[in-house]
Amino acid sequence: MSGLKINNKALAWFDQRLPIISMMHHSGVEYPTPKNLNYWWNFGSLAGFILVVMILTGIFLVMNYTAHTSMAFDSVERIMRDVNYGWLLRYLHMNGASMFFILVYIHIFRNMYYGSYKAPREVLWWVGILIFLAMMATAFMGYVLPWGQMSFWGATVITNLFSAFPIVGDPIVTWLWGGFAVDNPTLNRFFSLHYLLPFVIFALVFVHVWALHTVKSNNPLGIDIKTPQDTIPFHPYYTIKDLFGIGVFLMFFLAFVFWAPNFFGEPDNYIPANPMVTPPHIVPEWYFLPFYAILRAVPDKLGGVLMMFGAIIVLFFLPWLDSSKVRSAKFRPFYKQLFWVFFADCVFLGYLGGKPAEGWYVPASQIATAYYFLHFLVILPLLGKFEKPRALPASISAPVLKGGGPATAGAHAQPMEKA
Amino acid sequence: MADSAHLAQPSSTDGQTRRDFLLYATTAVGVAGTGLALWPFVHSMNPAADTLALSTTDVDLAALQPGQAITVVWQGKPVFVRHRTPEEIERSVSEDTADLRDPQKDADRIQKPEWLVLIGVCTHLGCVPLGQKPADPKGDYGGWFCPCHGSHYDTSGRIRKGPAPLNLPVPPYAFTSDTTIRIG
Repeated sequence: MSGLKINNKALAWFDQRLPIISMMHHSGVEYPTPKNLNYWWNFGSLAGFILVVMILTGIFLVMNYTAHTSMAFDSVERIMRDVNYGWLLRYLHMNGASMFFILVYIHIFRNMYYGSYKAPREVLWWVGILIFLAMMATAFMGYVLPWGQMSFWGATVITNLFSAFPIVGDPIVTWLWGGFAVDNPTLNRFFSLHYLLPFVIFALVFVHVWALHTVKSNNPLGIDIKTPQDTIPFHPYYTIKDLFGIGVFLMFFLAFVFWAPNFFGEPDNYIPANPMVTPPHIVPEWYFLPFYAILRAVPDKLGGVLMMFGAIIVLFFLPWLDSSKVRSAKFRPFYKQLFWVFFADCVFLGYLGGKPAEGWYVPASQIATAYYFLHFLVILPLLGKFEKPRALPASISAPVLKGGGPATAGAHAQPMEKA
Repeated sequence: MADSAHLAQPSSTDGQTRRDFLLYATTAVGVAGTGLALWPFVHSMNPAADTLALSTTDVDLAALQPGQAITVVWQGKPVFVRHRTPEEIERSVSEDTADLRDPQKDADRIQKPEWLVLIGVCTHLGCVPLGQKPADPKGDYGGWFCPCHGSHYDTSGRIRKGPAPLNLPVPPYAFTSDTTIRIG
């Protein structure tokens, strides 16, 4: 299958000793990709693209940032006012974080809709969850760095989650803080880890792609690749499609950067941190809101924390909780509807997470939390046993060839020759 | 394609040029766009507005007696201001005709003969030469001596001996009164 022949003698000599050229050709050019991928398959490469944007803008922001409680806020304001294009770098980084979560959430929901987590892609799915966890840690610590009111109180509340654990809780929180309150040692370690973790994510992305290229991409039909006719080479077909996706995504991303740069932010974070006064209404960044709603839904400190962590832990077991052998929701009439109910439940939890914990919001978040776990722990295990899936097509190529008359040898030869 | 080669030829050539044009145009726009996108990153490393705002320094000369020198900071660099004695001025002028590595007349390096203003950064590799304090070594020519690699500067700040290629530069400055100067 390896179609690469290196004609340049020097490059061939090098490649025999370190096969970097043939490896890149193997996984970036000839990688056989299902030919029926739709635009929902763009979001993996988009997430990879925004990761690079985040690392690049981050590296340049650090050149002008000072990680000290007395200077952090002012150094960020200096970036906004005095550093050449500092406003652009910061707004790209700030909104890039929100974009990263939008892309990854779509990527996760696409995965759930088309059953991509099922065998043989369980490990690929696990690595994806690890990336998501690392992203959440990175985003949280990054939000602390400007040392505004939301930074400070977000750090206080989130680190206090660990105080819920009996006996070890308080020593852990003191250890996390490096003191008896969120202060300069906390800021310094968060800065160190905020710089480290993106590179951990980068390495995890490599592992993610490695696993992907081992088991190959899933596709909207959710059936396996049967013959080479079911695939097309990654380059140029999907490189150009991914580039087109990046172009469209950049319009969306930069619209926020240039015209609504603080859309996703909290105005209170433009007030310097004050350890003596908590803002009246503190909320985490929007991408944490569903989990925040779950935390608050439980009227018990430890219970809430466990449920919140459990909401993510449960994802690791998803490949076994879903008992259906059919991957794509296209062929699962009930799952297709319940998927959208689950999606709406997550959005609703996000809405509730942004509201104060009072009135009807409290019972509503309890019901929404219950449904979240019900979906994973009851509905998915049972649905596969009772649901009768629709007939699967014989191959990826079969549905498209069916309409164009019988797939004779001649009909095959013509498009092949053109290509 | 083989059986209709002569018919297909014109249209396929057309398609070929159109594809080539689209490919080259897309690549050109992509390269230009990437270049433009990278510029803010590069430019963010240039001096920021607050750094540029530090571009002038005022110095009061009133307390400086002949033979004394002070070092002031201008744009983050040391600037030497020396109140030269009549002997030092005479020596500087008389050595205008000496064998200088970077020939320059003393008159071209000063505005008032008794006041010598220099950027105190050795033109070799950027160390600060000694010679400002009374106890400092002043080198073989009575001016400044750079301890890093042994460059000797004379009483006009001209390089006379050692590895440095050029005289100590004179920053732009102006007398704002008889006893004050503004550097920058």
